This record gives sequence, structure tokens and C-alpha cells, in this order.
Amino acid sequence: MTKIKTHVLCCGGTGCKASAGDEIINNFNAILKEKGLENEVQVIRTGCFGFCEKGPIVKMLPDNTFYTQVKPSDVRKIVEEHIVKGRKVTDLLYLDPENKQHVSDSKHMGFYKKQLRIALRNCGFINPEDIDECISRGGYEALGKVLTEMTPEQVIDEVTRSGLRGRGGAGFPTGVKWGLCAKNKADQKYVVCNADEGDPGAFMDRSIMEGDPHSVIEAMAICGYAIGATKGLVYIRAEYPLAIHRLQVAITQAREYGLLGQGILGTDFEFDIELRYGAGAFVCGEETALIHSMEGQRGEPTFKPPFPAVSGYLGKPTNVNNVETFANIPIIITKGAEWFSKIGSEKSKGTKVFALAGQINNVGLIEVPMGITLRDIIYEIGGGIKNGREFKAVQTGGPSGGCLTAKHLDTAIDYDNLVAAGSMMGSGGMVVMDETSCMVAIAKFYLEFTCEESCGKCSPCRIGNKRMLEILDKITKGNGTMHDLEELRNLATVIKDTALCGLGQTSPNPVLSTLDNFWDEYVEHVVDKKCRAGVCKQLMHYEIDPVKCIGCGACARVCPQNAISGEKKMAHYIDNLKCIKCGACYEKCKFGAISVK
Amino acid sequence: MAKVKSLAELKAMREKLQSNLDLREKSDDPESLVQIKVAMATCGIASGAKQVMEHMMEKADELKLRIVFTQTGCMGYCHAEPTIEVKVPGKDPIVFGHVDNKKADEILEKYIMNNELVEGIIPVNYETID
Amino acid sequence: MVKLTIDNKPVEVAEGTTILKAARQAGIHIPTLCYFELAGMNFENKPGGCRVCVVEVAGRRNLAPACATDCMEGMVVFTHSQRVINARRTVVELILSDHPTDCLTCAKSGQCELQKLAQNLGIREIPFKGEQSTYRMDMSPSIIRDVDKCIMCRRCENICNNIQSVGALSAVNRGFQAVVATAFEQDMVDSPCTMCGQCVQVCPVGALSEVDDTRNVMAAINNPKKTVIVQTAPAVRVAIGEEFGLEPGTIVTGQLAAVLRRLGFDYVFDTDFAADLTIMEEGTELLGRISKFMQGDKSVRLPILTSCCPGWVNFFEHNFPDMLDVPSTAKSPQQMFGAIAKSYWAEKMGINREDLIVVSIMPCLAKKFECKREEFSVNGNPDVDYVLSTRELARLIKQFNLDIKDMSCEDYDDPLGESTGAAVIFGATGGVIEAATRTAYEVFTGKTLEKVDFTELRGLEGIREAWVDFNGTPIHIGIAHGLKNARTLLERIREGKEQFHAIEVMACPGGCIGGAGQPYHHGNSSILKKRYDAIYREDANKAIRKSHENPSIQKLYAEFLGEPCGHKSHELLHTHYFDKSDYVEIAE
Repeated sequence: MTKIKTHVLCCGGTGCKASAGDEIINNFNAILKEKGLENEVQVIRTGCFGFCEKGPIVKMLPDNTFYTQVKPSDVRKIVEEHIVKGRKVTDLLYLDPENKQHVSDSKHMGFYKKQLRIALRNCGFINPEDIDECISRGGYEALGKVLTEMTPEQVIDEVTRSGLRGRGGAGFPTGVKWGLCAKNKADQKYVVCNADEGDPGAFMDRSIMEGDPHSVIEAMAICGYAIGATKGLVYIRAEYPLAIHRLQVAITQAREYGLLGQGILGTDFEFDIELRYGAGAFVCGEETALIHSMEGQRGEPTFKPPFPAVSGYLGKPTNVNNVETFANIPIIITKGAEWFSKIGSEKSKGTKVFALAGQINNVGLIEVPMGITLRDIIYEIGGGIKNGREFKAVQTGGPSGGCLTAKHLDTAIDYDNLVAAGSMMGSGGMVVMDETSCMVAIAKFYLEFTCEESCGKCSPCRIGNKRMLEILDKITKGNGTMHDLEELRNLATVIKDTALCGLGQTSPNPVLSTLDNFWDEYVEHVVDKKCRAGVCKQLMHYEIDPVKCIGCGACARVCPQNAISGEKKMAHYIDNLKCIKCGACYEKCKFGAISVK
Repeated sequence: MAKVKSLAELKAMREKLQSNLDLREKSDDPESLVQIKVAMATCGIASGAKQVMEHMMEKADELKLRIVFTQTGCMGYCHAEPTIEVKVPGKDPIVFGHVDNKKADEILEKYIMNNELVEGIIPVNYETID
Repeated sequence: MVKLTIDNKPVEVAEGTTILKAARQAGIHIPTLCYFELAGMNFENKPGGCRVCVVEVAGRRNLAPACATDCMEGMVVFTHSQRVINARRTVVELILSDHPTDCLTCAKSGQCELQKLAQNLGIREIPFKGEQSTYRMDMSPSIIRDVDKCIMCRRCENICNNIQSVGALSAVNRGFQAVVATAFEQDMVDSPCTMCGQCVQVCPVGALSEVDDTRNVMAAINNPKKTVIVQTAPAVRVAIGEEFGLEPGTIVTGQLAAVLRRLGFDYVFDTDFAADLTIMEEGTELLGRISKFMQGDKSVRLPILTSCCPGWVNFFEHNFPDMLDVPSTAKSPQQMFGAIAKSYWAEKMGINREDLIVVSIMPCLAKKFECKREEFSVNGNPDVDYVLSTRELARLIKQFNLDIKDMSCEDYDDPLGESTGAAVIFGATGGVIEAATRTAYEVFTGKTLEKVDFTELRGLEGIREAWVDFNGTPIHIGIAHGLKNARTLLERIREGKEQFHAIEVMACPGGCIGGAGQPYHHGNSSILKKRYDAIYREDANKAIRKSHENPSIQKLYAEFLGEPCGHKSHELLHTHYFDKSDYVEIAE
């Protein structure tokens, strides 16, 4: 029997799958077969590696070679060179943007160096559709440990002592939450996994479910044991077909192994999991709305108390945790609370997964210890701002969060510091902005989102957010007044103070934090009628510098409105009445004669 | 599929399955393990490098040695093929030439396990290749 | 008990008491908008959505809704701090910014809770200008939905689903577009709506109101070719006084007759007359079924269900198509009146059917729908032409600058104005079945009742049942008011768990006294109780208290109908029901 000498890990996350990931895997299998290497090389479809900017990713083991942006047509070369001859395919290696050197080992890439992968420990490492791979990584041993060696109280105590806080946004201590649910007596209790990830651009939970579904299943069973529930429900949005598929496969395999169902691991513990599909409403990430949605009701939050721990799904005590929270549980049980609580900052333990996006070189999914600075994330992991531009702000916490500025770059990121800085952890969206972003437009963007996603139940959120949006719209169109700014702040404050649920209470955050941190920019829009980023179309126009213009006519030819005129070889000019500010001329001019005014 | 009936059974299962993932586990932190690179260019393959590598991998399993085997390109010692580079953590890498099955066993049992010197070292100022 | 302070005042309340109720107990008024309670009727609406009742609780990050926050030991609450007033005011301004400001012509003007709130907060202008919600106006024969005015208090949705189990209304859409509507925003007439109108009764604003027929009625009165007669339902006389500042439960029967004459109606009759007639027909039908059943005829469907209430008729046509042969086939008193007026009386008076206009004054909105049912017309001419609700009549009286308080009592006209105490109690839950029992007992046993008051059938419990001894034959009677209670009772019967002989159902809580056309009670259930008591007082005051003893009824049978449930009766006084389940889907 020939020995397997090489493992080829191909990213099977949604992003890489969309970029011909499946074709890459098929090509590998076909070419390996052609070369008679199918018994020496194993091709594995894994979960997300996180470095989505450079996907599709193919990782070669055991020498840890990290190929980026692999095309199906590159596969032959990888097989022939790397696998057969042991030579790395240099042009597929990651190119360090700083020193322009190719880096072959992911360990030495800036993107991975400062990361610490706990929740994502198995993502990009195992085949998520093979429970054996999970078991060989110690999967379900934590469940075995709690069932045979620990009482429910001890489990809750362990989780409490670990300092794990809810990763869904609010950061409520997970162990305490379990304890509240455990103490309520009922004939039936429920464990609910909140997989209704809704922040724009966030995909932490999706990646965990796609890359390591068993960790979530195992954790839910552990939680069930701790609080006394026999039923688990995963509320997952229907837009996550791959995650749904992987969970379904994982649940089936776990049942076959007796890791779900009756008499788990020979004990008398019983637990099983069902999937419930959401239609993708952002507000259904709020636990009471989520529960209503699962019950077939309109996805609307209700006032707490009663908390789900007392009266949740079908009126029974229910514990709701987010996917990432659950993914941390098995390793906490295996390695212990002390181990976990050593990671992170004083009040925020462990790591946090962020979806890094925006004007940054390395867009992707990262997991970092709590307490890391924004600077490390943006410049070390993120590889700095795109095109060498200047950093302006970072938006954390999605539509519920706020914008942080350069003065926060050295703030240690944890739940409390982010709130103190006027933002929040949220579920882990992180959008980096440079000087081409207009902060008023950004606030407007997020508000548009919350306005669309508001359930409409309470008046401040239903009408107040709409009115704020209308004021912001007025400002970006150059019709704002200083009085509008006052009104905006008052409205934001009242909405925060009076809205029914977390969505409404946090929806003014993008407005308030930009008002606080970028007041000058608002005033410029209102008083000078200027948008320094050149984003607000009504507040800018293009001008041709007659000295720089050589009269080539390229701009006039590209203008869709015929707004540019001028004699050949003479300076051209733009008719601002006709101009729609599409920027085509600006892009076209080779002489830098066109500028934004 | 049979149900897993106890934690002990689960752990036994893990032991059994671990070898499948061993290659990945080991590559997670290869610096802490013995690494053997087998030169697998045309010259190496022609001289039987492939077969030697197979043999070494099996032998290493037999001896319960955790070793990372990788293939590499031509090391430039075509006269001495098959060549392998052995790097024991904390030591400089050593290149052995003319490695056949017997030599391979010797390297594993003596050099790696017992830190005894084995003949056949190609003594050149050589830097490891990545 | 829980101790707390509200506005520095120490308060002690039972555990589980909300801040709102604790404050009320301490004499502190916290304004509310979406909150609505019908005490004793098992109805409380507290979605916590409007955020008008927010208060400051020391130590809490956000303001708390007083209606939905329970008091906790040591809580320190401020109900009117600067922060609270600013928030409350801003919230009301926001609501107003998406609300039409046509208060002067709004159906709820003067009764509008939002209007009152804005007044109390001294709001003189709306600082927020922006988009206003616009929706299609939905007109049914009974109810107008002007959804532009909806403030999402969810009272209508709650009462429609949880008290009535009709399920016609629900919140739809999200965010600024969120609004309460029918499924797929179809018209109410195409929805499972029963037209009971309880949504109108609880709507704090003008989003739901009754169709106004006063102009049509006045046009008819002013048409010299037409003879216009009017009938007044039992529950109107104990409620309309409220519109003129009288204590709820003031009986104004005589004044009502007087004022109707002043408005120009040619004859003033009483639906009570037709209620007596109903008893004759329905009672006979009941006895017929019971006798057959007791003789061993198992094809007989028991219990017999009353069919006076048009909301209830709509409800079982939608929801219980398999039981269409169970309700009595007797028409409702309103329709019996119309049928008799346009046949017997018109013939007698020599008036052409086409020249006779029958107007009803009803506590009900479903009656407007009922009179338009095709089966209640002859060659396209309806038996009842127009239905005015109690509120519409009050408006009409005010339009004439009249006041019911100033009227001296007058009698109803003969012969369709004579009635008994049994007819009056049709206006309250349990009344129809008590009236039927009075007659059925005497007919069945051939004995005279010693005591006509069947107090075991009275009360405001949602579902009641009693055994009445018909001289050795025990008769099992059930009563439900509120359609959810009716559904519960009917499902029990459908499952065959229990045997009832007769069941009375009224769609509205409390029966007709709580009808949707009555003066707005704004959640004050003591008003309903007072109307209820008044109904039984009126009954007690009547000389004749058994329907079959009504001389005009006896005369009607002698002169015209022959016998109860006879051929002529079947033609004029009985109806049939339709399976309307095809557009109703009830998710179990």
C-alpha cells in the first residue's frame, strides 16, 4: 500500500466555491488520477481559510505551501511541479505587498501572523463533511467529558470561569446565561443556536458552520446537558445553503455515531437538533424576534423581561447563543477555563472573529485575541490601506456600531472599550475606510440598512430612523441646516433611549459616532456645501484645469452626457448643468487636468 | 454505522483515525518535528527516491516516529541520488547521499532515534531550501 | 409585595404589577397610546410599541415602557423627568409626522387618543417633515380602513386574533412601511373578516371606522315619495345616552323614540318586536329538534345555535362549513323586522315595497353587512335599507342640535313597536337564550313559569353553561360571547365531547351592549357592565316578559303568519347559510 504523502486542502467556503473552487478540486482529482498519484495525494475540501481577498486558496501539506488566487487551469502546474517534482509554483504564492517577496508558508504571512484561531481552529483544516476528521481532532470529546465526568453545574461553572461572553454582539457572559436558564424548571427546554448572521459584510458564523459544523453541534449538546434541554434548534438564514448543507450532513453523521439522539455515548443523556430556516430579516438576530420567527410568528422582538431563559420558544425556557459563542465551548471544556481566560483582555476573554472589509489590502476572515489593537488588525493583518491611501475610520459592529478614527488605532479591542469609544463589538463586522469615504454618506448608508430592516413595531425605530435618514439625505444633497444637525442629535438620542429592542437602541450609533468624530465634515456639508471625499454628488463638481489640459478630447469622447466641449488642442470645459458627475472624464484624463471641486 | 458507546470508545476511535490527519497535524508546526526532505527530481526518482521515501515513511510509523516527510526538487547532488535532507529540531540539517532502504533504516534508528552518527553525509556548506 | 418609589412617592404593589398600574394606584397618570385593557374581559394589549409610556428607572441605561415593565423591589421611577418628557414628546411628534392632520374631518375626531395625547403634550407643530405613508382606502359595507392613519398600536390585530380568533388582521411589511393589514393586503370583504367591528371599537385613531350611512338616511327622509320607518335594537337604548353625557347604563327608550320622530322618521318601531318574533320561530325550531331527538331521530342536529348575530353568522360560514345545518335557520331580529315590515305592514298600510325605506339603529357594524346580503332582498329591494350605528345616530341627533337629555318620553308606534322584556335582553350575552328558555319552557311543559329570571344564564364569563330543568327534562345550554370563545365551544361540540341542546353565541364581548357601533368605551369595561345591568333593569320593568305573550306577535300570527315555523314563516323569517371557507385559511 502506498502512503499518502501530500494533502491538498482546497477551500470549500462560499467565497472560494463561487470562484470555481469546485472545478479546482475536480481538476486535482482528474490530473492526479492521470498521473497515477491518486493514492499518494489526498484532496480535501475544507472550510474557509479566511484569506478571502486572495481566494480561491489551495494549501499543500505537509510543507505548508499556500497558493492564492488559484485558477482551475493552474492545477496541472501545481501537480506537475509541486507534487511530482517538489518545486513550488512561485507565481501562485502570496506576494507580500510591503517587500514584494513571495511568501510560501502561511505562517509567515502578515495576514496570519497575529491571528489566533480558536473558534476557527478546524476551519480550513478538516473536511467538514467527514465526522471522522472531526473526531480525529478530538471532536465530541468535550461532550464525552461533560457527560461522564462533570455535573451540569460544573459545566456552567467552567464556562462562567472561562469569561466567555456572547459573540453575537451584546457580550453577555455565556455561563451566566446558561445558569439563568438552568435554574428554571420546565418539562421541556430548548437550546437555540442563533445563526441569523445579518450584519452587512459579516460572515463569521457562516464560515464556522461551513468549516466546522460539528463544533457547533457538540457545543449545543453540551449546553443542553448543562441547562437540562433535550432539544436544539439552529435558526439559520435560508441564504446560507452551503452552511445548511454542511450542518445537515454533520447532524446526520452525528446521529449515526450516536452523538446526537438518545443515550449519547452510552449515558442516558438525550439531545437532538433541528434546523429552522429564517428569511433573512436582520431583526431576527434579536433573540425574542428569532424565537417568534421560529414559532411561525412575525419576526418581531418583544420587551424583555421575560427573558427567553424564563419564557422562550413555545413559552419554554430557552437558551440562545450565537454560532461563534458555541464554537468556543468544546475547546473551553477540553482545555479548561484557566487556559481560555488567559487569552484576551481583562474583561473580554478569548478571541474574536472579525470579517475584515473595506479599503484594506487583505480582506477576509480573521480571528484575533481580544485586546489586540486596531492598528495591528489594520496594518499587520489587513496589510494596510489599499492603494497607499490614508486611513480615515473603521466601522465596527455593523449597523449597530459606530465609526472609530485614527485616535482609536491603539485602543485595545474588547467589548467595553468599543462601547466606551461609541461603537460596539457587534457580531464582528469591521469595515475600514480611507479618505475617499464621506462620513455623512456612511452614516446614511447604515441608516438606510436599519430603516429597511426595522420591523416597524416601535415608533422611534419605525418613524424616527426614517426621519433621521431624511435629514441625512437632505444634508448630503446640500440642503441641510445647522438646525438639522441639532435635530439629528436629539432624534438619535431619543431613539437610543426609547426604542424597543437592540436594533432600534443601537441604530443611531453610526450617526452619533460620526457626529462626534467627524463634526467638521457635517458642518462642511451644511455650511460650505462641500463634501471633502467627493462622494456626495450634489456637493461636488468636476473642473478642467485649462493650463494642464492639452485638448486631446479624450474626456469629451467618454462623457455620456456630451457635457464637455472645446476645440482640438485647446483647453476643454465642463458644462455643469449637463454633467451627471459620473467621473468618467476624471478617470480618463491622463494629464491630471480634471479635478473634483 | 455503529454508534459510539462511550467516551473511551470515542478516544480509541480518535487514536485510530488520527493517522489520517497526522500529516496535517504535523505540518501545523513542522519546526518542532524531525523533517525529512526527499529530493524528487528526475535524477532522484530514477535512482529510486520514491521507493525509499515510501519505505522510510512506513518504517517511521513502525518506530512510532513523528516525522514530516516532504518532497523537494533537485538538491544538486545528482551523483549521490537518492539524497535526503534530515533536520532534527535544534540542529543543522544534514544531507545524506545514496540512501537505500538499509541506509534509510540506519538513519532513522541511529541518527534520529539515538543521535548516533551515520555514514554517508554529504559534507558541504549547504543551506536548506524552502 | 414589592416596594418602590414613583416620583419620590413610596408605593407598595403586588409582585408582577407593572409600573403603569403601580403609578395609577398611586394616583400618578402616565400617558399611554398602544396600551389597552378591557378589564375582566381577558383582553390586554401591551406590545410596548408606541413608547409613549416610557419612564426613567434609576440605574437603567434606557427608558422603560411603563406598560410592560414589572415593578421590582427598590425601584426608583420617574415618570415626568426632563428626559422622559423630551422623549415622550419626540415620540409623539414622530408619530404625528407620519399621520394625516385632517383631524377636523376625521371620523375619530374628539374620540381620538392620539389627538388627546398631542393636546396634553402641548404639541403645536410637528418638527419633522418627511414622507407620509399612503395606502389604498379599503371600504367594506361595514368598516372603513384608512390605513394612512394607522399608528401600529396593534390593538385591532390583537382583538381580531386573540379575542375573536378571526385572524383577518396582522402586521405586514417592515420598517416605515409596516402597517396592520389583511393578508396580502386584500380587501376586507375578501378576507376572513366577520365585520364584527371590534377593531373599530378599539382603534385609538381614525384608521378604522364605521361606514357612515347618515346622509343616505337623511336623503330618504327628505324624499317625499318615501315612507321611512325605523327600528331600534335593544342595546341602543342603554348606551346612546353616553354620547350626550349621561351615565353609562342610563335607559333612554322613550327619549329615543321621541328624538327619532324629531329627525323625521315616519314611524318609529322597535327591533324588540322582531326579537319576540325571533323567539317564536327559534324557540319552536329548538323544541322541534329536541322533540325529534328525544323520539330517537338521530339525524337531528343538536345543539341548535342562535343566529341573531351577523358577525357570528359570518364567522361560522367562514370557519365551520361542516356545521352549516346546526345553527337555527331563523333570521336575525333586524331582518325579520325588515321582512315583516315590507310585507305584512306595507300591505296593511298600502305602501309599495319600493316606496318603503326601513332603517335600523344598531349597536353593530356587521348589521350593515347583513342587510346587504342578497338573500335578504326581494327583486333587488332589500328588506332593510340602511343601518345606522348608535354612534351615527348620535351624530345625526347632534346635527339637528337636539339632545337626548331634553326629550320627553314617547311610545313606539304600533304594531311593530310593541315588545316584551324577553326581547330587551337580546342586547346582552345570554339574553337570547334566556328569552328562548322562557318561551320554550312554557310551550314544552304547558306550565306557567313561576320565575322568569334564569340567573344561571347570566354573567360576563366568556363561556358559560347551565342545565335548565324543563319539568324533569334537563336541557343543557351553552353561552359564548367573543368569537374565540365561540370557536372553543364549537370545537368541543365538533369533537363530540359534549352534548348541548342549545347554544347562544354573540360575536362581541358582552353581547350587543359591547357592539362595535356603540359609543367608544376606550377600554373602560365598567361601562359595559353598566349597560349590561341596564338591559336587565329594562327587562324587569316590562309588564310582559315572555315573547309569546306579546299581543302584537299573537296578532301577527293570527292575521298573517299562521303558526311559528309554518309555511309563511319559512318564506319570510328563515334563511340558509353558505360555505365561505374557500377564502379562509386558518392555520392550526
